[in-house]
Parts: sequence; C-alpha cells; structure tokens
Amino acid sequence: MIEIKDLHKSYTMGSNVLHVLKGINFKAEDGELVAIMGSSGSGKSTLLNILGMLDEADSGEYTLDGVPIRDLTETKAAKYRNKFLGFVFQSFNLINYKNALENVALPLYYQRMPRKERHDKAMKYLEQVGLKEWAHHLPSELSGGQKQRVAIARAMAAEPKLLLADEPTGALDSTTSYEVMDLIQKINDAGNTILVVTHEEDIAHMCKRIIHLRDGVIVKDEKVEQVRASAYV
Amino acid sequence: MRFLFDKNTWQEIYGSISKNKVRTIITVVGVLWGIFIYITLAGAAKGMDHGFEKAFETIARNSLFVWAQSTSMPHEGFKTGRSIQLKVGDTNALRNKIPELQYIAPINVKGAFGDSAATAVHVDKSGSYTVWGFFPVYAKIATKKIYDNGRFINKEDMLQARKVCVIGERTQQELFDKNEDPLGKYIRIDNVYFQVVGVHKFSQSMPFETDGDIIIPFATYKKLYNTGNNIAFFSLAAYDAADAVAVEKKIKDVLKNVHRVHPEDERAFGSVNIGEIFNQIMGFAEGISFLSLIVGLATILGGVIGIGNILLISVKERTKELGVRRALGATPREVRALIIMESVFLTLVAGVIGIILGAGVLALINALTEDIDFPYSNPTVPIPYVLGALLVMVILGTLIGLIPAQRAVSIKPIDALREE
Ligand SMILES: Nc1ncnc2c1ncn2[C@@H]1O[C@H](COP(=O)(O)OP(=O)(O)O)[C@@H](O)[C@H]1O
Ligand SMILES: [Mg+2]
Repeated sequence: MIEIKDLHKSYTMGSNVLHVLKGINFKAEDGELVAIMGSSGSGKSTLLNILGMLDEADSGEYTLDGVPIRDLTETKAAKYRNKFLGFVFQSFNLINYKNALENVALPLYYQRMPRKERHDKAMKYLEQVGLKEWAHHLPSELSGGQKQRVAIARAMAAEPKLLLADEPTGALDSTTSYEVMDLIQKINDAGNTILVVTHEEDIAHMCKRIIHLRDGVIVKDEKVEQVRASAYV
Repeated sequence: MRFLFDKNTWQEIYGSISKNKVRTIITVVGVLWGIFIYITLAGAAKGMDHGFEKAFETIARNSLFVWAQSTSMPHEGFKTGRSIQLKVGDTNALRNKIPELQYIAPINVKGAFGDSAATAVHVDKSGSYTVWGFFPVYAKIATKKIYDNGRFINKEDMLQARKVCVIGERTQQELFDKNEDPLGKYIRIDNVYFQVVGVHKFSQSMPFETDGDIIIPFATYKKLYNTGNNIAFFSLAAYDAADAVAVEKKIKDVLKNVHRVHPEDERAFGSVNIGEIFNQIMGFAEGISFLSLIVGLATILGGVIGIGNILLISVKERTKELGVRRALGATPREVRALIIMESVFLTLVAGVIGIILGAGVLALINALTEDIDFPYSNPTVPIPYVLGALLVMVILGTLIGLIPAQRAVSIKPIDALREE
C-alpha cells in the first residue's frame, strides 16, 4: 500500500538547520493498522504530513498504492489528497460554521459529487459513527469525542485508500479515547489501511504494529497483539 | 468557467456567506451605500433634467423675444436717447437676412407692461384683462393647449380681421358661469363684441403671461387699438440646429440697420434668449449628472475596497478553515475561486439592494415634489447606467477579491493547518 525509501526532511530556521527525518525506510501493506510512536518532537507529525502530501520531503521515494508520488504541484497534491487520503487531526479541524453533516460532505463536494448524493453519503457515514441524530448540530454543540467521530466520518466519506490520524485521541479523556480507537479498529476490520500517530502506549497497543521513531530514524518496528478497545468501552 | 454554473459552487459560497452574518453585513454596507448614493444622485439629476425640460416644454427651445428701447449712442445725426419703435415691416427684413429663423411672430399687447388693461364684459360679468394681438404662427413658438372643441386664431381670422378671441382659463371662470360653454359666445372687449373660439390652458411661455388673458388676431388688434404698423415686440424661433446666441446678435444687427442705430449700441434693443437660458440650465443639469456619476463611482470604489479589506481579514481568520479545505482536496484554484466569488457575490448583493433602496428614495422624492412648483419630475436612472454600475461592481469585486484569494493560497496547507 505504501512504501517509503530513505526519506529526509529538515527545517531551516534562520541559520539553524533542524534535521527531523534522517532516512526513513518503511512499508505498510493493505489493511494494516500501524501506530507511529515516539517522544514529542521526534518527527511523527512531520512523517505523517509527508505521507499525507501536506508537506514535502527533501529527498527520498514515496509510493502510494503503486503510484510514485513526486514532483507534486499543489493542485496535483490536492487531487491525490482528495482521492487517496483521509485525515484525522488531534484538534478535529471541523469547520465551525458548518454542521456535522456539511462537514462530512465537504470532501465529496471537492469530488464534485452532486448535493443530494453527497448528503446521502455523508449521512450514511455519520450513522456509522453513531451520530445520525447529531447531523444538524454545529461542532460547538458537540463533545470532544463526538467531534472526533465526525472528523473520522469526514475522513472516511471520501473512501480513501489510506487513513492518517495524528494523535486522534490527544485531546480526549481515556474513556472517549477508547471509543474513538474502537471506531478506528472497526474501520480497520473492514479492510482499511490506517496510520495512527500517538505517544500513548495503550493507544499504540490497540494497533497491530508499532513503529518507534527516535532522533529521526526508526529504531524499532514490531508486530503486536492487538488490544481491542471495545474491552474498555 | 464551468464551476460558475455549478449549483454546488453557489451553495458552498452561499453557505460560507450566510453563516458569517456579521461579516457579510459589514461588508455589504459599504458597497450598498455607494450604489445607493450613485443611484439616488443620478436619478435626482435626471429628475431635475426632466423637470427643466418640462418647464420648457411649452416653448420652442431656440426661441427669443426682442423689443426696442431707446438709443444710447448718437448715430447718423440722431441724438442719444431716441426711442425706437418696432414696425411690422421689420419682419420681412429679418426673414430675408436671417435664414436660421424658422418663425417670426410680431406681437402687440395691452395691459402687460404697466399700461391699463382692457375691460371685458359678458352679460353681467366683467373684468380687466391683458389683450394680446398674435399672429397664428405664434402657436408654433409657444404651444397653447386649447380645450375641447376650441381652436387658436388662424389665417382667415387674420385676413379678415375677424372679431374672434381665445380666452384664458381664469377669464373663462370670471366671465362665464360654471356650466356655461363659452365657445361661440360673445364678450365685449373695450366695447367691441368678440366671439370666443377657444379657451387655452395656462402655460407660462413668456414671463408676463398670466392665466387671465385674451388673445385676438394681430390684424384685429391693429384696428381695435389703432396701432398702425407698430408692434410691441417680436417673438422668434430659430431652427434647432442654429446657435441661439449668434442668431440673437444677427437679429439685433438687422434691426439696428433698419432703424438706423449705431452698430455698437447695446441698449437700443432688449431681448430674452430662451435658447441660451435653456442651454445654461441643461448644462447645469448635465454637470450635476456628471458629478453624481463621479461621486457615485468613487463611493462604490470605496465600498469595494472595503469589501477587499474585510475579505483580507476574513481570509486571515479563515486560514485554518482554508487549510482544512485543502487537506480535504480543494485545489488552489478552487480556494481562489471561493474567495473571489464571495467577493463578487457580496458586491452584487450589496449592489442590488442599493439599487432597490435608491429607486425607493427616488420614488419617494418624486411623490413628495409632485404637487409643488419645483423643477423635478420622473426621476429615473437609465437601465444602461444601472447595468453599467453592476458590471463595474462585478469587475471591481473580482479584482479586489484577487488579493485575498492569492493570499489564501500563498500559504502551504500544512502551515495553514498549524495556524491557531
Ligand atoms: N514548520 C516547521 N518549522 C520548523 N520546525 C518545525 C516545523 N514543524 C516541525 N518542526 C520541528 O520539527 C520537530 C518535529 O516536529 P513534529 O513532527 O511535529 O514532532 P512530533 O509530532 O513527533 O511531536 C520538532 O522539533 C518541531 O519543533
Ligand atoms: Mg505531532
């Protein structure tokens, strides 16, 4: 599904150069649920953003579903994001003046799907995350866990090949975190490939594989026994 | 261009505009005010234009009055201060020497310039009225609206010096009973019986006209008052294409020549040049029109720049939202289009509301000034002006939207998302 080879990324701030990713090699197959772990500032988000084509690597190769990702113009990147990728952020990033349904429907708008179809589909995904009754509520009327579920529904509505979640539980208490992980596990059970960035052990162990990042390289890559989040819900 | 006609695009724009109400309202007010000012001023200027035209509608645009006074220079052995008397024969001299003249009407009058008015009697009613001796051609210079079934004096009246008259509205009211038809009836003017052939609606075409007057054929006047070949003044009209001021000068030159007045004597003949006055007033009205265009455009421009400013702020506020949209697959083009279309849409909405409000105010002013004597009628703004203003607004809205639109996509999506 994804393959990266010798990926490098550094940030220049004034005269300082911060080498964040120093040659990452990594492969994930269809249907995997991978946790990317590491301490704060270890470059987890940087890696995820490059995979999500929100940011660009300085060097290295990246292949997504057999398509080599290189020489990206912003327009091309936008189309790939729209077609291949779904994002879930720590801070939800819902559009505050759009209700839950409209938020979920937004990626479909950029796929040029007609309004009616768009809304039907968005409603279907909202139902899957258990928020059908909340479809017409604004984000400000939802709890943190509900917001993240709306965000997950939005990410899934475009039916991406790859779901990227950057600390999806980072802003949530533990019970709510497990609810969200339960949802992510179910989406993975349905065959979707998911990368989850986290620095929490328990969340990482709800995935099937953990990659440890330190000082810009992968120091450990392990398959783990998946802990089902439903056990805690 | 396809996205312009895509219903989804408009729904998206409507969504973002309608859900940011305060921003939308503030944004709209500037342009609304601009177009409102423009429409109101332009319409009012047009109304004044119409008002002036209406004030002049009963008299030929290129007309003038000329009368004789006394000389202020000695000439050919005559002393200063000689009074000049215009003669019927001057008509031919004027006609022969000045081809620009379309109509020449010698006029005699009793009771208009301080002399005693004529007494008119009908049965047991009587009054004092100004009596005019007109040529039929006078009706071509100053339109006299004659009431039902009546007529103005005509050629036959002149040839036979018929004792017929056309009376004013007030004359009719004072000499006749309310339900009495004056047509065909006789009134006695300075002890001579005249048959009424018409009643004319009062319209001011000369400063000294009133609604209570009596018009008789020039030839009859001559007999009645024994004026011989003397006339009081000339009413003349030049062809539309002629220059009113130049014609006036020519007329005076001819008259000076005929009456042996020094060519530089400016006092010997007096005149009122309606054409010149009309042109001055219309020039004034045009000036106001132009001014309103400038003021209106400047205000619209100011409003649109205001929209640009607010959109710039709003783009900054919405950095994160736009980052999210881009993460979800919005291309830079789509983001730019969203901002520009918001700008155009806001400008247009503001414009349309401004036009409607402006039209409302114009209608109100029209209603309020209808019954008062004020040169203002039927204020309208020509449709091309309105469409032009809308077009200008679309163009300005697009141009001003370009700046925030470019700003919105100049930032990388990842940086936009990181913004708090
Ligand atoms: N746009 C940027 N400019 C400069 N430094 C950055 C930028 N983004 C991230 N960094 C730095 O790179 C390092 C890795 O950041 P990040 O990938 O966000 O870490 P993590 O998500 O693992 O906490 C951090 O030291 C951070 O300060
Ligand atoms: Mg991070």
